[in-house]
Amino acid sequence: MSDDAVNIVVDGVPVVARKGQMIMQATDRQGIYIPRFCYHEKLSVAANCRMCLVEVEKAPKPMPACATPVTEGMKVFTKSPRAISAQKATMEFLLINHPLDCPICDQGGECELQDLAMGFGRDIARYAERKRVVKDKNLGPLVSTDMTRCIHCTRCVRFGQEIQGFPQLGTTGRGEHMEITTYVEQSVDHELSANIVDLCPVGALNNKPFRFRGRSWEMTQHALVSPHDAVGSNLYAHVLRGQLMRIVPRQNDEINETWISDRDRFGFEGIYSEDRVQQPLLRVEGELRPVDWETALAAAVDGLSQARDRHGPKSIGFLASPSSTVEEFFLAAQIARALGTDNIDHRLRQTDFSGQDRDAAFPGIGVALTDIDKLQGILVIGSHLRAEVPLLAHRIRTAAIKGGAKVAFLNPQRFEYLFPALQHALDGKDLLTEMCGVVHACAQISNQSVPAGIATASVSDDHRALARALLNGERRAVFLGHLAQRHPAYSQIIALARVLAQLSGATFGVITEGANAAGAYLSGAVPHRHSGGEPRSHAGLHARSMLDSVLQAYVLLGDIDAPEDFAKGPASLQRSEFIVAITPHLSQALRSVAHVVLPIGTFAETSGTYVNCEGRWQSWAGAAKPVGESRPGWKVLRVLGNLFGLPGFEYATSEEVRDAAKVLCNLEASVLSGAHATEAHADARSAAIAAPWVHVPIYQSDALVRRSASLAKTNGGQLAIGAL
Amino acid sequence: MSIELSAHVRGEIDLWVAKFPPERRRSAVLAGLRAAQHENNGFLTPDLMDAVAQYLGLAPVQVYEVATFYSMFETHPVGRHHVSVCTNISCMLRGAEDIVAHVEKKLGIKTGESTPDMRIFLKCEEECLAACTGGPMMMVDHIYHEHLTPESVDRILDELT
Repeated sequence: MSDDAVNIVVDGVPVVARKGQMIMQATDRQGIYIPRFCYHEKLSVAANCRMCLVEVEKAPKPMPACATPVTEGMKVFTKSPRAISAQKATMEFLLINHPLDCPICDQGGECELQDLAMGFGRDIARYAERKRVVKDKNLGPLVSTDMTRCIHCTRCVRFGQEIQGFPQLGTTGRGEHMEITTYVEQSVDHELSANIVDLCPVGALNNKPFRFRGRSWEMTQHALVSPHDAVGSNLYAHVLRGQLMRIVPRQNDEINETWISDRDRFGFEGIYSEDRVQQPLLRVEGELRPVDWETALAAAVDGLSQARDRHGPKSIGFLASPSSTVEEFFLAAQIARALGTDNIDHRLRQTDFSGQDRDAAFPGIGVALTDIDKLQGILVIGSHLRAEVPLLAHRIRTAAIKGGAKVAFLNPQRFEYLFPALQHALDGKDLLTEMCGVVHACAQISNQSVPAGIATASVSDDHRALARALLNGERRAVFLGHLAQRHPAYSQIIALARVLAQLSGATFGVITEGANAAGAYLSGAVPHRHSGGEPRSHAGLHARSMLDSVLQAYVLLGDIDAPEDFAKGPASLQRSEFIVAITPHLSQALRSVAHVVLPIGTFAETSGTYVNCEGRWQSWAGAAKPVGESRPGWKVLRVLGNLFGLPGFEYATSEEVRDAAKVLCNLEASVLSGAHATEAHADARSAAIAAPWVHVPIYQSDALVRRSASLAKTNGGQLAIGAL
Repeated sequence: MSIELSAHVRGEIDLWVAKFPPERRRSAVLAGLRAAQHENNGFLTPDLMDAVAQYLGLAPVQVYEVATFYSMFETHPVGRHHVSVCTNISCMLRGAEDIVAHVEKKLGIKTGESTPDMRIFLKCEEECLAACTGGPMMMVDHIYHEHLTPESVDRILDELT
């Protein structure tokens, strides 16, 4: 790399920069701070705020550090009298029209302008004329506006163009009349839209639901991991007197960079919904009544023991939310197996399990998130990607826009993707037939023998186009999305997708529902795997057969709503004799069937661990005070284990539980991605299945999100779960 | 809701698109807006701007930005004849401010307004129109009138229908 090294001197200190870098990029890496407003490392350079002016030797005037490329031998002075006076002059201009309303501004205390005004502002304003006033814009339910505070850095405008892919905000007018606006009133409608709140260096764009509810210096900051999708976005929770007030991104360039989805940011509102369970409940004389913890736990143990004694252990089934923590999954799996049942599952919306023996050790996307933007050929099957995993959609968009990757989608219908993508919509056609066509086309184009049984598949131009997109370049990936996993022929879909990946030399990945499907597999919350991921010789009942038949007793773990979270309605729950719901929320449907309700904390009120779609383990400590008498889920399960008299349930911390689960996972050896790939079901062209597609809109994805009042007000929040 | 551009406007845009690299369709926004405004009594509507955006494959706001930036585009209904009096330094030294005052008094409107009968639109102060040798000057519907006096201004304005 010595070829593109450029030696510069910053404030007398030698700095090695790379060719093509701007001064700002070199100094940021060295920890030398240059003030800035419009520069942002994830956005293009605008150089319009002029706050980063520095002195460069031999340059006739101060230069903007964000837009001045480094040259060999360049001498930069960031704190010379000339640089400082240029920065102070810029600050004076910026403050001409900026109102002095920090005491009533939500940004106060965490404001880049406020901070820099402390360093570079004058004590007394020389500007005594009238300040301009700009009318506020309505940007919808998530982002509040105080446009008089705007300093026109255009970070929000560039975010729209470069990250969202569709600019909704723009700069209209010029000079004194310049404004940031949508021009025609419309709400900003994108799953990443609220990131402009963090980007805005002043108080012009703020978090609307959080408006006037807390000051930054009153709150404590706690690291969390998002419970809404399998990316595992890193979050900070801001907590005021035990209550979670808002969520902001925690930068992690390997996962979410500086972004989080609106779902990550506002989904937490569900924590404080009205149907949170405040204390343990027990059904007495047909009615759920509040009881103390001892009574409720004893009743749960009693009821499950009775069911086991009368009808055998196989009459008990455990159904867990796919966003439960590793600790919860692991302890539930340990209890289930100790009771003698393998009936435990988290795949609540899946309907076809016949291919589960060929599952990898854990379901993942098969490629590191940071490698996605280097992919060259991508085929996504059965996924409304932007609604399912917004930040994965962003990564794939980056691959297409910046890396020139060819991205193709094979979906029941077209979705809006905001980047050049080849979309093949089934429009009622059978997915399996189309996939066979693509496999055949792929074999033809890459001059390989056509897999047995697929030779008769007819190949259309559409199939060839999809195959060519996947075969672009050398780094390729096939992904299966949520829609595919809910399909009644999922086992055949996954088999064909594996064949396709093998033929094309692509990595193969499954984009799972919930935040922790990988953790569920690895901790044994599936009927066909031990904790640790080793296959079991005899599998228990999977989620669908647990609900197809009526079991004597069910344990529902985590935030589950019926019927929203199930592929099949909760009819069997109504006919069951005994139901323990270990849950933060109690929906009407659950209220009518549960016999014992043990209230547990949501992701923010417990310590825990998620394993994301890459297999990355991320743990966090609890952030907020549990609502009412609810307790962290792992503690409730540990005490249940104690009451059952199970050995080994002496865990004192969630870390001990996690380590007990993790030590069982021999990840290196057990990753089975692509295993049995050649066993494709060649006769996959079975008769088309009626209404195979179940669409879960972005703000219906889990129990927390469904209870977020702010997200419900967005356009996306109006959509209901239903067939496509 | 959405309206279609006339064949002439589309042709005008195509002409300009062809002059730039294929990925620079945005370069034809100015020409497209000018043609669209010309056919719409001298002002643009959000629907018209949307139509230009759609034809060029741009986000509507990118067209709004251009339309609101340049002084030759109007985004609200205005009078048929556009009158702009130069008030830059050369014209000002030759009495442009008196001319503006005279026009405002004669028409009964301020700069930036149109006459109630929508006959004349008096544009906001115009920057230098590069006719300094003939100051004071004004532009009426793209035609320059120089060495203005109150009398000549009256004559020019009265001739507008």
